[in-house]
Amino acid sequence: MSSPEKKWKTIESGPHTYEEALHPVVRKNYGNWRYHEIPRPGVLKHVAHSGDTIWTVRAGTPRQDTVDMIRVLCTIADKYSDGFLRFTVRNNVEFLTPNQANVEPMIRELESLGFPVGGTGNCVSSVAHTQGWLHCDIPATDASGVVKSMMDSVYNEFKNMEMPNKVRLSTSCCAINCGGQADIAVVVKHTRPPRINHDHLATICELPKAVARCPVAAIRPTVVNGKRSLMVDEAKCICCGACFGACPAMEINHPEHSKFAVWVGGKNSNARSKPSTMSIVAHNLPNNPPRWPEVTDVVGRILTAYKNGGRPWERVGEWINRIGWKRFFEETGLTFDENMIDSYRHARTTFNQSAHVRF
Amino acid sequence: MEGANKAASNEVNKNSGCCACSGGSCSDAKFLNPTPMLDELEHGPWPSFIAGFKGLAERTKKPMLRGVMDQLEYSYNTKMGYWKGGLVTVDGYGAGIITRYSMIKDKFPEAEQFHTMRIQPAPGLHYNTEMLRNLCDIWEKHGSGIITLHGQTGDIMLQGIEQDKVQECFDELNQQGWDLGGAGAGMRTAVSCIGPGRCENACYDNLKLHLKALKHFVGVLHRPEWNYKLKFKFSGCPNDCTNAIMRSDMAVIGTWKDAIQVDTDEVKAWVAERGLDALVNEVINLCPTKAITMKDGEMHIETRDCVRCMHCLNAMPKALSPGKERGISLLMGGKNTLKVGVNMGSLIVPFMKMESDEDIEAFTDLIEEIIDWWDDNGLDHERIGETIERVGLKDFLEGIGQEIDINHVTRPRDNPYFKAKY
Repeated sequence: MSSPEKKWKTIESGPHTYEEALHPVVRKNYGNWRYHEIPRPGVLKHVAHSGDTIWTVRAGTPRQDTVDMIRVLCTIADKYSDGFLRFTVRNNVEFLTPNQANVEPMIRELESLGFPVGGTGNCVSSVAHTQGWLHCDIPATDASGVVKSMMDSVYNEFKNMEMPNKVRLSTSCCAINCGGQADIAVVVKHTRPPRINHDHLATICELPKAVARCPVAAIRPTVVNGKRSLMVDEAKCICCGACFGACPAMEINHPEHSKFAVWVGGKNSNARSKPSTMSIVAHNLPNNPPRWPEVTDVVGRILTAYKNGGRPWERVGEWINRIGWKRFFEETGLTFDENMIDSYRHARTTFNQSAHVRF
Repeated sequence: MEGANKAASNEVNKNSGCCACSGGSCSDAKFLNPTPMLDELEHGPWPSFIAGFKGLAERTKKPMLRGVMDQLEYSYNTKMGYWKGGLVTVDGYGAGIITRYSMIKDKFPEAEQFHTMRIQPAPGLHYNTEMLRNLCDIWEKHGSGIITLHGQTGDIMLQGIEQDKVQECFDELNQQGWDLGGAGAGMRTAVSCIGPGRCENACYDNLKLHLKALKHFVGVLHRPEWNYKLKFKFSGCPNDCTNAIMRSDMAVIGTWKDAIQVDTDEVKAWVAERGLDALVNEVINLCPTKAITMKDGEMHIETRDCVRCMHCLNAMPKALSPGKERGISLLMGGKNTLKVGVNMGSLIVPFMKMESDEDIEAFTDLIEEIIDWWDDNGLDHERIGETIERVGLKDFLEGIGQEIDINHVTRPRDNPYFKAKY
């Protein structure tokens, strides 16, 4: 790809520098903030030791953005926040201004342009999610579409702060779960072993790499129609899809058999309880574009039960720890089944090694 | 892929003749082909990415956008994905462009190439509008105009460019201070929370450490050569707003060693406003180590019992602040589900000061040491957390010259199966 007329010599600069991207009030009070308040949903007020105040207006975005949309956000920033803006790790945009008079007009303009103002405090925040059919090479679904459908249904919970504590959501297009651990997560669950293309496998895959990738040693070399290939011991296979990432001739995705599962109780913060991983509470939900109503329904049931039953500061997992899994399943109307008993590594850490029983 | 191709070949292209307008001969017609499935995602109050894509496509008339929308509609109908990887890069780099070729280019030739450029944003995801407008202008000139803000590892993702435009696009971006992000088995792009930029709980300058550390490792970010990927995330305090402990191999979490700073007047004001019930139910009772008690009518925090979880500081932001002796804890090994299951990062360095340039140098020296150990001990496609578990935490700590500390474990072992050097 080198071109002879190339003049520019690459500077391996790493991350873009940040100082010129900080609002002057941020630069002045850098490291000297005293406290913050949330005067209304979607607005933060931070006060510095110097007495300076900066107001933040936070709004949801689709994450899959366009240059047109970003230019609109820049226009808002030029008008109301002195040309500075930032994003949160959950794809919200933030405008920081020292001028309180700008807050209300900015909210009105953002909302009129279709950007919901919210995402602060005890709300359902927007979804950390993956790429899907738009761009990924191993997706079973389109996370962006699932997320749009979910956020339409929890729109008011994004714009208000009526939950016991913050609720983090994630969505992932395969079992790798790039969307991450969250209070409630929607993750693809493969239900069938990979289908192997014996005609092409040896020409597009490194056989030993694919064999080594399997966490349960279910893949073995074989010969099919005179061609070197691989076979899967289907009794051993756990349908994780790890081999597909190493070998595209081991197709794990299936239009009908790649399903959705819903998980709860993931927490990244150290506040109160230690960070925790999620538990599966629903599975075998259909991958049903374009609106995935079955998935949205389960998420809604969990949110309703948590909103009604959670105590102040309890995250979803902490709420379940208090009321117990039995009541969680009763109150959400979901069904505990035999597949939810762990059978993988560390399974015994999830067994009830006590006489503590809930009736 | 087999299933994908089969599904593709069984489907009759409903949009045949779609390109009749591409020469501009029917200017009244819409540039885009019908996408009834995707159109369903234009309804509802949450901002629609489909509406955004359609607006961009109708304005710019970029054939790639039409092809990608057609292929995405096709995915929604057939419930399969149709992108395959490849190898596109820029001069001198071995990573940073995520290559995507359509598996069904015969059906959607306009979507034949749809590569992504990963770009490292400024730490804390801060922008000024000049930077961002500039980025948009360069991207619209060379690519599709679709941008993801941001990917799960923290990159700006410029989605949709053809191979022959990648180098010139990168050259223009690079002249504006942008560099490619990580991919493959090397150092990856990092993430920071807002840190001291706006947060009263930031215990170190995570934006500065992020910038310096990622500049230090910029070579292995662009030219991957390890067993597998390695991700940094920098959170200013144990609230861990970047989700570092779960989603990064190297979670750098701000913390403090001494007592929580208490403003007694603000505590009184808090209780006056919310009542004693709230103090008991929402602060004292929720302390995970019962470090808070009432003494002579006042709240007392026993520092020796405190584990720096952040709850009371979150509940009483005006009254309580982190202590003055601040620094970082380093946790390692966070990763998600693939193969062995999800793994939270484990504490490796309980405390390190992070104030001076020497502190930062000591930090990068330690990371070099850790990477050397991983190079010697890791297996192909094994994240460092998996290597530590397989080889043993004790051997890892010895290998990198870290003194053992009771904070490395939740409790001493519950079995006698070890060989001690008595």
